[in-house]
Amino acid sequence: MSAARPLLLGLLLLIGLTVLPPEARAERISEIKKTTFAESAARFFTLRDPSLRNALIGSVLMGISCGLLGSFLVVRKLALMGDALSHAVLPGVAFGFLWNMSKDPIAIFVGATVAGLLGAGTVHLIRSTTKHKEDAALGFVLASFFALGVCVITMLNNLPNAQKSGLDKFMFGQAAALGDQDVVLMAVVTALVISVLAIGFKAFALTSFDAGFASAIGFPTQLIHYTLMLLLAFSIVVSLQAVGVVLVSAMLITPAAAAFLLTDRLKPMLALSALFGMAAGAIGSFLSFVGNDMPTGPLMVLAGSAVFAVALLFGPRHGIVARWLRQRSRSGRTRRENTLKALYHVLERREFKGDDVSIRELAEQRRETEVEAKQLARELVRHRLATTNDSGEALYLTPAGWQRACEIVRNHRVWELYLTNDAQYAADHVHDDAEKVEHILGEETVREIEKRLNYATHDPHGKLIPGLADLNAAPFSGRRGARATGYGAHS
Amino acid sequence: MNPPSTRQDSQVDRTSANGAPSPLEIHDLTVAYHKKPVLYGIDLTVPAGTLVGIIGPNGAGKSTLIKAIMGQLPATSGWVRIFGQSFKEACTRVGYVPQRESVDWDFPVSVMDVVLMGRYGRLGLFKRPRLEDHDIARACLEKVKMLPFASRQIGNLSGGQQQRVFLARALAQESDLYLMDEPFAGVDAATESAIVMLLQELKTRGKTLLVVHHDLATAKDYFDNLLLLNMRLVAFGKTADVFTQEILQKTYGGRLTILSEVADTVRRQT
Ligand SMILES: Nc1ncnc2c1ncn2[C@@H]1O[C@H](COP(=O)(O)OP(=O)(O)OP(=O)(O)O)[C@@H](O)[C@H]1O
Ligand SMILES: [Mg+2]
Repeated sequence: MSAARPLLLGLLLLIGLTVLPPEARAERISEIKKTTFAESAARFFTLRDPSLRNALIGSVLMGISCGLLGSFLVVRKLALMGDALSHAVLPGVAFGFLWNMSKDPIAIFVGATVAGLLGAGTVHLIRSTTKHKEDAALGFVLASFFALGVCVITMLNNLPNAQKSGLDKFMFGQAAALGDQDVVLMAVVTALVISVLAIGFKAFALTSFDAGFASAIGFPTQLIHYTLMLLLAFSIVVSLQAVGVVLVSAMLITPAAAAFLLTDRLKPMLALSALFGMAAGAIGSFLSFVGNDMPTGPLMVLAGSAVFAVALLFGPRHGIVARWLRQRSRSGRTRRENTLKALYHVLERREFKGDDVSIRELAEQRRETEVEAKQLARELVRHRLATTNDSGEALYLTPAGWQRACEIVRNHRVWELYLTNDAQYAADHVHDDAEKVEHILGEETVREIEKRLNYATHDPHGKLIPGLADLNAAPFSGRRGARATGYGAHS
Repeated sequence: MNPPSTRQDSQVDRTSANGAPSPLEIHDLTVAYHKKPVLYGIDLTVPAGTLVGIIGPNGAGKSTLIKAIMGQLPATSGWVRIFGQSFKEACTRVGYVPQRESVDWDFPVSVMDVVLMGRYGRLGLFKRPRLEDHDIARACLEKVKMLPFASRQIGNLSGGQQQRVFLARALAQESDLYLMDEPFAGVDAATESAIVMLLQELKTRGKTLLVVHHDLATAKDYFDNLLLLNMRLVAFGKTADVFTQEILQKTYGGRLTILSEVADTVRRQT
């Protein structure tokens, strides 16, 4: 993943550049708008500007808490829970506003948290009293709470004396609208999330992995689950201003899902997920700043999705590109080893008299055209496994090439012998299997097998098995006319 | 509808002959899913230092019994005592191997992490595993021959290897009473006999083990005591006494049809 990070930043920058607004429009917005992209980036990320500081700090804090909690949602397969909770808080936001008809962060926080917990409670109620499973209950709660919230907010906006409430910002988020109090609240919640997760990490991990075992050893699994849900409700509520009701669940799930692709341990996953959340939050609110005050939520989510795409493509172990490269290098190696084997067979058939193999002999051995054989020969030369004479018509194995050729033939024959002797395969069944296995057998395994075979010298077809002495032979130049001797000859 | 809890009954004598409380005592335990009873009036006292095989057909309630012992399912009536205490009080003395299907194999944990979880019961909610816990976990992995796999993610193991990891976790619990739900499922013959040796070794060290087992052919060799279950406790006793044609017939031959009919009626009427 260390390799993926620079790539990731590059890609995000690219996205940033493409959504840059035309110069003229930027000027019209306000006089604080800057002229170049670099200038605005510097202005945004250096925290120079107090009005932008809140937007950046708020988005980063949101990214951390959402990324951490989202990881637990992902590994618990509760992704939909984030969606349901975030939609369920909307009526609470509206009622919190009604409290004193202003955007008082505390009132809205309390209202939204209560609504979120009511939503979670309703899910629990439906699941435990009817035969519905969690998914149906979540879907139902999500929609009905959200509908109620939309109705109340529309009514509020239609009130004649309501000052411009700005409640619609809760739908898609506007990081630039974050006030000092909002950011303080976010900091408190993020600190709470980090410390609770750190203190109870073991308990959260165990109940996520194996709730049955957790309760068997006396862990209060319900309490732990609801602690997690409470933290989730808190961080959803404080994230609303920045990312909005509709998309906050994506900020929970996307960074965690990307992190899950890159690691198979929980702690690194949490760290990566928090990091991705931070990156997505910061980049999203920055793009919103340069992008004509577009809603932050969608931009953050797009940034998060770009991170996910990068992880999917460039993840070092399970990434598509890495897998493709591995596959390619493996098939290249297999091809070279098969060429070496063919050369060995040619040499063996003339009982190792002379050490040059012509392209035509190679082509005949491989049942291919000379053009193809030439290509294979060039590949060996490129990897220093063989050399050619001036005309390019004759091929000589280098010491490394000779050694690898012996190894491959030895692997093949030892494996065939093993299958026929120890695994009771019929002699004519083993060739194809050995064709594959010869490339992957390790030296240790081969020695183990040889020991079991009592250092036999001939394969099931009566051919000599190249032995250790052949592999470690003196420089190849001295081998002219030498022949494979077989392991048994030296033991 | 639910009869009043009879937990007060637990004051009755529940100590065995020599005065020490029995590792597991169950009195008139009835367990229901959604009001439909699946276990009826189980009475059972398991003496210390026995290796008990639990056998019975699919759906007989074997897993249910184990979960009910651990208090994961509420009892409709009756009580369970472990070393004379409630499960909550004695849970650190109970080791548990869950049935395979209940595990999420994609979960980002390593083999070592899983075995360390066996130590969590003693550590409590907040303490971190210490060096000593790591040593114990490693020793347990060694016992089931899985030490070379310690840093693998658990999904990257074969079924039998996964089973051995969960056995190692139970060993790491260092309990006195073990409840194992089909520890032999998906395990090859060599591993199976290695596990049986391990279980017998635990027994000779005075541990008590209840093991759900599916293979009747091997059950009578593995276990010195058998518990035959099919919604009712059909029989419990020395293998030689209870592994008889008649009792097996009673356990496996046809459901206890009247019981299941009544169970359905009970569910419909409530
Ligand atoms: N979660 C559940 N909800 C409702 N009924 C259940 C549930 N789990 C089990 N049952 C029912 O309880 C009965 C006993 O199930 P249990 O899992 O204890 O059987 P078992 O003996 O372990 O079977 P197996 O050999 O297949 O593991 C079955 O009839 C089953 O249908
Ligand atoms: Mg079962």
